[in-house]
This record gives sequence, structure tokens and C-alpha cells, in this order.
Amino acid sequence: MSELRVAGLRAGVDGKEILRGVDLVVTSGQVHAVMGPNGSGKSTLANVIMGGPGYEVYEGSVTLDGVELLGLPTWERAQAGMFLAMQYPTEVPGVSLADAMAAALAPQGRAPAEVAELVAAEAVRVGVSTALLARPLNVDLSGGEKKRNETLQLAVLAPKIAVLDEIDSGLDVDALKAVSQRVELITNEVGLGVLVITHYSRLLRELRPDVVSVMRQGRIVATGGPELAEELESTGYAGYSD
Amino acid sequence: MVVRNGRPARIEVDPALAARGLVVADAADLPDGDDLLSRLHVADAFTDLNTAFLPGATVVRIPRGMVVERPIVIVHHLDGDGIASFARTLVLAGESSDATVIEHQSSSDVAAFSDPIVELEVGDAAQLRYLNVQDLGSRVFQVGYQASRVGRDATLRSSVVALGGDYARVRTDSRLEGKGGTSYLTAVYFADGGRMHDFRTIQDHIAPKTTSDLLFKGAVSDNARSVYSGLIRVGKEARGTNAFQTNRNLVLSEGAGAESVPNLEIETNDVICSHASAVGPIDDEQRYYLESRGIPPEVAERLIVLGFFGEVLDRLPLSEAVAGLRATLVRRLAERAGSVQDGSS
Repeated sequence: MSELRVAGLRAGVDGKEILRGVDLVVTSGQVHAVMGPNGSGKSTLANVIMGGPGYEVYEGSVTLDGVELLGLPTWERAQAGMFLAMQYPTEVPGVSLADAMAAALAPQGRAPAEVAELVAAEAVRVGVSTALLARPLNVDLSGGEKKRNETLQLAVLAPKIAVLDEIDSGLDVDALKAVSQRVELITNEVGLGVLVITHYSRLLRELRPDVVSVMRQGRIVATGGPELAEELESTGYAGYSD
Repeated sequence: MVVRNGRPARIEVDPALAARGLVVADAADLPDGDDLLSRLHVADAFTDLNTAFLPGATVVRIPRGMVVERPIVIVHHLDGDGIASFARTLVLAGESSDATVIEHQSSSDVAAFSDPIVELEVGDAAQLRYLNVQDLGSRVFQVGYQASRVGRDATLRSSVVALGGDYARVRTDSRLEGKGGTSYLTAVYFADGGRMHDFRTIQDHIAPKTTSDLLFKGAVSDNARSVYSGLIRVGKEARGTNAFQTNRNLVLSEGAGAESVPNLEIETNDVICSHASAVGPIDDEQRYYLESRGIPPEVAERLIVLGFFGEVLDRLPLSEAVAGLRATLVRRLAERAGSVQDGSS
């Protein structure tokens, strides 16, 4: 059983505070959705958890099973069991998905051949064509291909907690279903904990949340069950002021 | 062909190819050797020096229409401490011929000066691939010149891989003399320690409907420096020219530096020309993406640098050599892994 705990997190960019005291918990097997309008700080939360470049932490903590992540370099957070599926996966020219996965699992003593098998099997599951595996990461991929690619990596790397930053943006219906179903299956089968960040409730009809939090202006302003997402669908974010 | 300290030392040619007219020889052993060496069409202080001190020259003559399936390999090695080496290689690719020539330059750990000249004459409708791998020791000072002349409807693919030397300069001068000729010029360079790599290129369009496409990519580390300066020159007669020039540089350490200076000189209207150059560190977002998968920083950096070079390595004329070059680059990048600075904050 794993637990990601964000407590009193204040963070920003260039001295400008964006997260103004965030508290939330994600546990194994749970899908925790953070919803909020554009500019509420959702993507900042995702990147601060992972240690993205350019973000500053002013106060608070982010722990995975009691281990403070904020002082660790990004790669060690990943090795500790965190994964971030990025909203806009970065193009990395000349580096293939297969090579990246081999390099990511090498510190755990996994052999490249074993990783290659895992990647190939997972590609079939999430609907990534095998031709894409040798191509440079995210270069010239469609929105749907990029998000399937992120999901494939999630499955191969088998983290304890995954943060999905707007994984529904730029997705067609088929890709949305494929991605959601794969994540839900991993959650149910091996107890992945998921922090899913989204603007829209469309995703949450496929990837059903256990907990929904509403974020506005850098704070969690409401937390509830799946019914909260449905309520937001009909009333919008206007009802949640600071 | 083995060339030691600039002097041709040993030659082996497949007798079957020799019987069909392929010549790989020291110019001194050819009746028209002296004439061949006077064909050089470029001149500067270092070509004059080379001509004055020339101890012998390698001539590769591919007869008209001959297809040479396997590469012709010329190995240069410097092992004399305190010597000055003046090597000359002349490749004459006859009309409609097709061949690949590889030159590999290495040295023992000696202090030396090297002033090599390579001349490539690509006859009408010929296809010539040329690869030069420079892996000299860190006390060798080199000023090299590679001059090519490309004939009508001919294609030259010329590549440089520069890994060593102290100060190492290569001037590349490609003249497109025949209508419809094409010159692809590529380079990969990696300078670490206190090296300096200096590339000066001219894509010289003389005849109409000619094409040149240059892609030079380099990385500098530690306190190393690189300079690229390139000129595209399109003469009055060279209507319908296509000329492209791209130079990109990765700066891997704070103490390292790269400069890129592209130039155009165009005397006719009917041309398509472009040039692009870039100098910068590894992109933070690329590094973050790989590290967020759990890849350690030094490995992420190595993957990104090899990926950056991949675009050129994939175009090298000898695919068999690419795996070895990649392995060399991996080793060289790993050797400097201690100096990696973590980009995360």
C-alpha cells in the first residue's frame, strides 16, 4: 500500500506564487481527480510533484510513503515510484521509446531484452503501432499517439503513483477509451494510485474517480466523491469562489 | 592503403579490381604522378606548405563506369614525435563510376603537426561517397583541406567525423562545376578536454541546376571550443541552384563554447537557399522528460547527444562504421560523466 501526500504546498514560477497551500492524498488503487479551470494551478501541481525545471517550492512537503520527494532530483522521484504523464510530451529527437525505456529500467537491473519484450506487449494493449517504437520520442506524433505513448510508458515502468496531467487533451474518443481502460485496469490489478488532472468531466466517465477535488486559484476548494464531477458538469466552476 | 607520418607505406588492392583498371598507388609510382599532383585547384599557405614538403601521395583512380562494391580504405597514422606530416590523397572518380573511400586518421601519443590535403574529383554522372574519421591524439595540431569538384549530374556524399586533435581545422571546399551536380556535406564533431575544432566550408555553385546540402553537427564539453564558418557562393551562371546549410551545436559544459557563422554570397536570382545555425545547451525540457521516466541525468544527456548526432550518423556513407562510431561517442561521453550538472532545481 502506497501513499502520496501533498501537504501545505506553496510553489510558483519566477517568484510568482501559483500553488497557495495545497493538501491532498492519493493511495494505491485509488483514482483521485483534480478538476479546475485553466490557470487554477493544476499543471503546476503535477510538475512540482515531479520536480520540473523552472518551478520553485516555497513551503510544504510532498511525500511518497513517508519519503520527502521535494529534495530529490526528478529521476530519483521516478525511481522511487512516481510517474508523470505529461500534458504536452516533449519531443526528444533521435531518442527512441525503446531506448528510453531500457535506460529507465537499467538502474533496477532489468535487461534491455526483457524491457523490449515488455514494451512490445504493452504497445499491443494500448494500440501503439510497433513502427512507432523505434521512432524518436513524440516527434511528429498526433495528440492521440502521444498520449497512448505516455500510457504505454506508464504500464512498462509500473510506478506506485501516476500523475496524469490532462491526458485527455488532444485525444479522440477511441484513444480516450484505450488510455482510460488501460489505466483503470492497472489500478484494479496492481493497485496503481492515480492523480488525474483534468479540465473536463469527459475523461472521468471513462476513468472513474474515487475522489474528486476542485482546484481554484492554487487551492483545493472542495473535495468529494464522483458526484462532484457530475455537479461540475452541469454547473461549471462558477459556484466555487475562493 | 596505409600512410605512415604522411608517407605511403603499404598498399593492397584486390587483383580482380586492379585488372579492371582500379588504381590505388603512390603518385611517385605512376607515370603521370607529377601531373596529377598539380591539379589542385585551391591554394592557401597550408596547401603551399603541403606541396613543398610532400613526401608522396595516395592516388585512387576509379575507371569510367566501374562500380566498386566495397570501400577503399586509407589508414593514416602518426607515430613520430615532433614530426610534421604532409599527406595528400587524390581520388579521381571516372565518369559514371560508383565508389566509397574511407580515410581514418589516428596517432600515437605524440606531439605532431599534420597538414593533409584531400582532393575529390567526381566525374560526370559518377557517385562518390567519402568518409573521413579523425581520431588523432590530443597533442596533434592539424590543418586539413578537403577540396572537391563535382561534375555534370554527379553526386558527392562527403562526411567528416572529428573526435580528436589539439587544434584541428578542416577546410571543406566543394565546387559544383557541372550542370545538375549535387554535393551532400555532413559532419559530426565532438570536442572535449581543451581541444578546438575549426570548420570552414564553401559550397561553391558554378554551374546551373546544382544542389548542395550541408549538415554539420557538433558538441563541445569541458573547456573545448568549436568554430564553424560557412559560405554558400552562387555564381552568375548558376541559375536554378538549391543550396542548404545547417550547423547546430550543443554546449555541454559551462567552460565550453561554440561559434557558428553562416554566410551567403549570391550573384543570380533564380536560387533556393537557406541557412540555419544554432548554439545552445541541452534543452531542459528534453532532459526533464527523460529524467521523469527514471533515467539518470548522465544517461539522459548521453541519449540526447547521441540522438542529436543520429541525424548525421544515419546519413554516413558507410553504415557498417556507424555502430563503432556510436560506441566511441558513448565511451567519450561516459568519460566526462563526472562533470554532468543536474538541470533540475
